[in-house]
Amino acid sequence: MARIREFARERGAVFWTFGFPLLITVALGIAFRNPGPPRLAVAVVDGPRAAEVQRALEADPGLEVTVLPAAQAAARLRAVAAVLVVETGAGAGDKVIYRFDPSRPEALGARRAVDDRLQRAAGRADVVPTTDATAVAQGGRYIDWLVPGLLGMQLLSGALWGNAWNIVTARQRRLLKRLAATPMRRAHYLMSFRLAGLLFVPLQVLVLFVFARLTFGVHVHGSPVAVLALSIFGSWSFAGLGLLCAARAQNSETANGLINLVTLPMYMLCGVFFSSSRFPAAVQPVIRLLPLGAFNEAMRHVVNDGASICAQGFPLAVLLAWAVVSSTVALRLFRWT
Amino acid sequence: MNASAPDAASTDAPARGADRAIRIKGLVKKYADVMAVAGLDLEVHRGECFGLLGPNGAGKTTTVEIMEGLTAPTSGEVEVLGKRWDQHADELRARIGVTLQETKLFEKLTVEETLRLFRSFYDPARALDVEAVLRDMQLTEKRGAWVQRLSGGQRQRLAVALGVMGDPDVLFLDEPTTGLDPQSRRALWDTISALRARGKTVVLTTHYMDEAERLCDRVAIVDHGKLIAIGTPSELIDGIGGHHLIELETDRPLAPEDVADVAGVRSARRAGDGLALSITEPHVALPALFARLGARATRPTRLVSRVATLDDVFLSLTGRTLRED
Repeated sequence: MARIREFARERGAVFWTFGFPLLITVALGIAFRNPGPPRLAVAVVDGPRAAEVQRALEADPGLEVTVLPAAQAAARLRAVAAVLVVETGAGAGDKVIYRFDPSRPEALGARRAVDDRLQRAAGRADVVPTTDATAVAQGGRYIDWLVPGLLGMQLLSGALWGNAWNIVTARQRRLLKRLAATPMRRAHYLMSFRLAGLLFVPLQVLVLFVFARLTFGVHVHGSPVAVLALSIFGSWSFAGLGLLCAARAQNSETANGLINLVTLPMYMLCGVFFSSSRFPAAVQPVIRLLPLGAFNEAMRHVVNDGASICAQGFPLAVLLAWAVVSSTVALRLFRWT
Repeated sequence: MNASAPDAASTDAPARGADRAIRIKGLVKKYADVMAVAGLDLEVHRGECFGLLGPNGAGKTTTVEIMEGLTAPTSGEVEVLGKRWDQHADELRARIGVTLQETKLFEKLTVEETLRLFRSFYDPARALDVEAVLRDMQLTEKRGAWVQRLSGGQRQRLAVALGVMGDPDVLFLDEPTTGLDPQSRRALWDTISALRARGKTVVLTTHYMDEAERLCDRVAIVDHGKLIAIGTPSELIDGIGGHHLIELETDRPLAPEDVADVAGVRSARRAGDGLALSITEPHVALPALFARLGARATRPTRLVSRVATLDDVFLSLTGRTLRED
């Protein structure tokens, strides 16, 4: 078996295995980083009182105020570059019109903040004294939530491409046929891909979490051993799907299509980039039964909530079931020629 | 006394079985819309080099891959070394060696690593020494080179080296020299002759008649999945009526009947713009032929006298040449 690890000598895939997930982490981390309290863009329609209104609103650090002609202000609202447009009359007592899309939550916030400022500027006094005490929950940022999902995605794609792609190209090159003509134990050959893939998993996990920690301060709240064990187990389970994709495909184009067919819906459904709770309740049990869904669920519990791996019985059972079923079916269907 | 004297039939059968490496009976392989092998009977003796000769698409590769246990026949019996693939697959795989038509190996392993990997598949007590194989196949200099850097001839030698790694009783070579330059072909022929000299049974397919004539003890000519002739190369050539061949073109066209009765001419047929004559003794046939041409006031525009080849055998049997591709 040790000799068969020679199969693992794959070069050039290093970037896709290690570099690409890191790039995604950086890109999304920057796009969704928390730069202090978000500033809301408000457009004030140019008019006799626009400058006065702008001064009143700029007292609020949460608002970013621009004075624009009516047409441009409307255009910004449509382009989501402004969340609220303020239109004032000529005199101090004239009606103020707020234009916004009520389906955008930040528009409602902006409307309230603007209204508050204008009313106070007009002389309304606060009757109850208030003060703010803010706190950011540990592990509650988007990037904290994102990293375990990225790991799941990385392991799934690594397991599928690593197994399926190599096997199918070997079949296409007739190497499988050549090997089938030797007394080589056929199961050993297929296992060699799985083992070779697993060898890289600890390194992948380590690189991703160390990077996320150094760059974004992402902490692993559960046991690192549990994270590693879960990663290896998940990867082993995903490899079964890889074998299934590779069982019959005669050329790499077919394999490519099959792999995408398996992975893309799971990337969408299983909460890699956004929470799967956005899908209807009826779909939720299905998501929990998908291998990536189960993996992400367990991994987030361990990484973000500091849960024990032993408490993840259901997702682990799902992964085990997928591993057994996919491998069994794949071996039944497998063709050497 | 009677009991101790085995009757002729029962001693004969195992003896024949022992020097028979492969037996094929009524072999048929049907693909969705093609009949690749259409009822083939063959026997390959132990220690001989046996050639399957035929044009592209004749069913040679399919036949060999069935013998190698890589393809299941639609019907018919296949016995290799007295065993059957459906019963003794593991044992057979350990006792045969295979070189497929155009295998791409592990591009990023070196020659030596590839040989060691394949050696690891075989029983270590039986498998050959990597050093010896490298030397025999003239690959010692290239032992550290990645497979993707090898030339066509070197790759093919490596493919044969992998075939012999398990010291097989039967070695299958599917078009071993196709696509090679003349020098690499000759080097590979020497290698194959050396294997045969060591008593290995070799089964090779080819569409080169010179390769079959040079290497094979016996040749089976197949066309459209059927056996059309079998025998030693010289038997097959004798079968078309003579070892010599005269190709003749004349200024006034002649029919085969015009020369068929000339002394020394065994048969005559049309070939291209002229005639092809099978000749037993050129020194008898040539003067007689010139006399006949003179009598008919006809002059030859082209006349070639040469030794007949297996290509001529194929041509006379099918009316086509081996390489009409």
